[in-house]
Amino acid sequence: MSPDPRPPAPLSDSRLERQLADAKPLYSPGEAVAEANRCLYCQDAPCIAACPTGIDIPTFIRKIGTGNVQGSARVILSANLLGYSCARVCPVEVLCVGACVYNDWHRYPPIQIGRLQRYATETAFTNGSAPLFSRAAANGRKVACVGSGPASLACAGYLALEGMAVTVFEKRAVPGGLNTTGVAPYKMHAEGALAEVDFIRGLGVEIRTGVEVGRDVAPADLVREFDAVYLGPGLGGDSSLGIPGESGDGVAGAVAWVERLKLEPGFRLDGVRNAVVIGGGNTAIDAARELARLGVPSVRMLYRRTAADMSGYAHEMEHALLEGVLLIERAVPASFTRDANGRLTGIALADGRTEPCELALLAIGQAKLGALARQFPGVEVDASGRIVADSSTGRTGNPKVFAGGDALTGGELVVTAVQDGKRAARSIAGALGVKVREDSPMHAGHE
Amino acid sequence: MADLSIDFAGIKSPNPFWLASAPPTNTGDQVMRAFDHGWGGAVWKTLGDPIVDTSSRFGSIDVGNQRMVGFNNIELITDRPLEVNLREIRECKKRYPKHVVIVSLMVESKEDWREIITKVVDTGADGIELNFGCPHGMCERGMGSAVGQEPEVLKTVAGWAVEYSSIPVLIKLTPNVGDILEPGVAAAEANVHGLSLINTIKSITGVDLDRMVPHPVVGKQSTNGGYCGPAVKPIALHMVAALARDPRITVPISGIGGIATWRDAAEFLALGATSVQVCTSVMHYGFRIVEDLIDGLSNFLDQKGMKSVSELTGRAVSAYTEWGDLDLNYKVAAHVDTQKCIGCDLCLVACRDSSVFCIHTGEHPLPAGHRAPSRDAAIARAKETGVKVTWVDWDECTGCNLCSHVCPVPDCITMVEDRNGKPFESWNDRIAKGTNKVPGGLHD
Repeated sequence: MSPDPRPPAPLSDSRLERQLADAKPLYSPGEAVAEANRCLYCQDAPCIAACPTGIDIPTFIRKIGTGNVQGSARVILSANLLGYSCARVCPVEVLCVGACVYNDWHRYPPIQIGRLQRYATETAFTNGSAPLFSRAAANGRKVACVGSGPASLACAGYLALEGMAVTVFEKRAVPGGLNTTGVAPYKMHAEGALAEVDFIRGLGVEIRTGVEVGRDVAPADLVREFDAVYLGPGLGGDSSLGIPGESGDGVAGAVAWVERLKLEPGFRLDGVRNAVVIGGGNTAIDAARELARLGVPSVRMLYRRTAADMSGYAHEMEHALLEGVLLIERAVPASFTRDANGRLTGIALADGRTEPCELALLAIGQAKLGALARQFPGVEVDASGRIVADSSTGRTGNPKVFAGGDALTGGELVVTAVQDGKRAARSIAGALGVKVREDSPMHAGHE
Repeated sequence: MADLSIDFAGIKSPNPFWLASAPPTNTGDQVMRAFDHGWGGAVWKTLGDPIVDTSSRFGSIDVGNQRMVGFNNIELITDRPLEVNLREIRECKKRYPKHVVIVSLMVESKEDWREIITKVVDTGADGIELNFGCPHGMCERGMGSAVGQEPEVLKTVAGWAVEYSSIPVLIKLTPNVGDILEPGVAAAEANVHGLSLINTIKSITGVDLDRMVPHPVVGKQSTNGGYCGPAVKPIALHMVAALARDPRITVPISGIGGIATWRDAAEFLALGATSVQVCTSVMHYGFRIVEDLIDGLSNFLDQKGMKSVSELTGRAVSAYTEWGDLDLNYKVAAHVDTQKCIGCDLCLVACRDSSVFCIHTGEHPLPAGHRAPSRDAAIARAKETGVKVTWVDWDECTGCNLCSHVCPVPDCITMVEDRNGKPFESWNDRIAKGTNKVPGGLHD
C-alpha cells in the first residue's frame, strides 16, 4: 500500500500557540558539536538506562561530535521512531539528563541530551536527502492502528519498515495525537509534530484522518480485514468537577482548551485578566504556564492538597512559579460564580475562600475510552476503563488485537507510549510470523 | 552504501580501519574483540626479543577540559614470549580469515630477521610491518628509530625483509627526521610493499615540578618517550601527503597519527592514505569507536556520491602545493555574527596585538570609504543589550583568520570571501612576469 498523498497544510498562521516562542531553540551546528564534545562517552551509561526506549545516547552524541549527524539520527530513531518529538517534550530532567554522571560531579551541568537529540533528528529531517532506513520487501500482511498518537505511530512505523502494509485511523482532521494537540507550545508547536508524522508516513505508513473507528469503521470489520489491529486511541475528554456553575462559558477542560490554543485559527484570550487552573498534574502546570506566558496578569493553580503531593514535575512547577504562576494549596472547588449575564466571575472553595476568574481550566484527568475498546471482541477493559493488555507485548484477550499507550496506562509520557508501540510491533511481527531483519530498528533499545 | 573495502598491496581488508601496533594489539583476546567491534585489521604489537617495561610509562597532555590531546609512552615492544604471540596470531587468522593481521617486528641481526619473518609468515599473517620508528628505549639498542633515521641502514634491513618474506612488507617510518622523503624513498628503493607513518615523536610531555622529574615519572627519573594522539595529526598529515605526492613513492600508505574520528580518517585518505591506523583514541575510549569511524565515513561517501572509499584516497593531494603556487589575489574577510557575539573581546585583542587591529567595538570611527558590513548592527545591539559586540573593518582585514580561531562561540566568526575580481596570480607567476619586487627591501 503506498502512502497517502500529503494532505493540504491544515495549520493556520493565526493560531494562538504561535505567539509562544521556543524555550529551547535549535542548536546551531557549532553549538551542538561543542555540547556533544562535553559528553564523556560513558560505557553502560546511566542515561541509556533512564530512557524508556533505551536510546544509545552516548553513541548518538559522539556522532554529533564527529559530524556524522545522519548516523546520529539513525541511532536515535532506531530505538525511538518518535525521537524528534521526545527530544522536545520528554521530561529529560527526570530521565536521561537527570541520570547523567555530571550530576554527581557538581562541577559542570549535565549534558543537554534533549537539545542534542533535537539537533540530530531535526537536521536529518531537514536535510532529508538520503533515507534514514531501508524497508523490507512487502510481505502482504496488513495491520490497522487505531489513533495516530505516539504509540500508534511508533507501532505503525516499525511494522511498515518490516514490509507490513499499515493503515492508521485518526478521528481528527490532523494526525499526531497529543503531540499535535497537547504539547506546550514553548516546547513544540503543532508544525513540529506534523513534521514527525511526515517522517513516519515516509516509512510507508498510510494515515487516514477524519475516520473514527467505532463510528465510521466498525471494529469487527477492522479485525476481519486486517491481520492485526493495534489500539492506541489515547484518552477521551477532560473530566469535570460536577459542581454548581460549571457548565457555561469560561469553564473548559484543560486538554480541550490547549487543543484550541494550538490548532484553532484566530483563537484569543481577550478579556481574561484572572485565570485559574484546577489540578496538580503536568497538564495543569503546562496550562498555567501557557496562560502566564500569554500575558494573563493573574494565573493561579488550585490544588486540593499541598505542593509536595502534586503529581506534576517539581522542575516544571519551579518554572511556573518563576513565570508568575501562583499555587494555591488545599483548594477544593465548591462552586463557580457567575454574574447576571452568566459570565464566569470566580470560584468558591470548600473552606470559604474565593478566587476571581474569567477563565477556569479543569486539569483533573481525562476519560478512558473503554467503550471503544469493548467493541473489539475479546478485548477486556478494567473497572477504571483502561484496556487490559500485557505491557511487555501489548497482547489483549483477542489474539489479533494489541494495545498500548495512554489507553492502557491511563496517561503516561510520549516516550513510554513509543516504547509500548515498539514492543507491540515486535509481538505483532512475531504473531504474524514475519521474519524481522537482523538489523531492523525494531530490535534497538530496551526490550 | 559505499564500498569501504580496500586492497592494500594485495592485502584485502573489509574497511580501512586498522589498529596500530600498540597496547591495544598486545594479545589475541584484544585483537579478536576488536574485530568483533568492526575493526578491519590490526597490526600486532611489535614482536622481537621480549622486554621489561617500566612503571609508570604513559604521559599525557590535557588542554582545558579535554583530556589526552597529546599522549606519550616509554613502553617497549612485546613483553610476551614469541611462541605465545605466534600461537595467538595463528588462532586469530583461523577465526577471522577475512580480517587483516599484520605483525610488527623489531629485531637486530640479519639472521634474526630471517628467522622471525619465517615464523610469522608461517602463522598465516597477512603482512609484516618493520618497526623502524620507536624513538625510545629500543633505539638505544640500535633498533626502531635508529634504523629509520639512517636511510642506508633502513634500505639494507628492508631489503632483507623483502627477500625473506612471502607476504607484503610494510615499513613504519619515524617522523624524527629532517625530511620524511629520505627514509620514504629509501624504503621504496628496497622494493617494500607499503609504508606506515607516522610512528611517535620523540618527546617529554611535562615535568613534575615538585619532584623535579619529567613525566612519566619512574622513581626519581624519567626518559624521553614517543608522542602521539590528536595533537600530532597535523605533523602526520603533512608527512603522509609529502610521500603521497612524490612520484617516487608508488606503494600504498597506511596513515597514522592522532586519528580519533571518521573525519580524521577521511583527511588521511584524502591526502593519500589507503588505510589508517588508530591507537590513542582506542586507548582513550575503547574499541567501540570503530562503529562511528565506519558509519561516519560511509555516510560521508554516500553524501559525496562516492561509491567506494578508493575514490576518496588521494583526492586532496593535488591541492597540496608549494607556497609559491598559491593565489595571492584570493581574499577573505572576517564576519562577526552580531547576534552570537558575547562581547568577550578575544578577537579584538588578538587582532590588535597579533594582527592588523581591524576589529573594533561601538562607535569606533570608520575611515571614509572603508566597508564594515556589520558595524551598524553591532552598534545597535550593543546599545540595546550592553554587550560589546565587535565588528570588522573589511578594508583593513587581511583575512589572516586568527580571530575566527580565538572566538569561543561556535559559528560566531566566519571568514567570508571578499571577491575583488582580480585574476589568479601566484608568487611564482610574479617571478615569471618579473613583478615580484616588493618595495622597501634591503636593496632599495
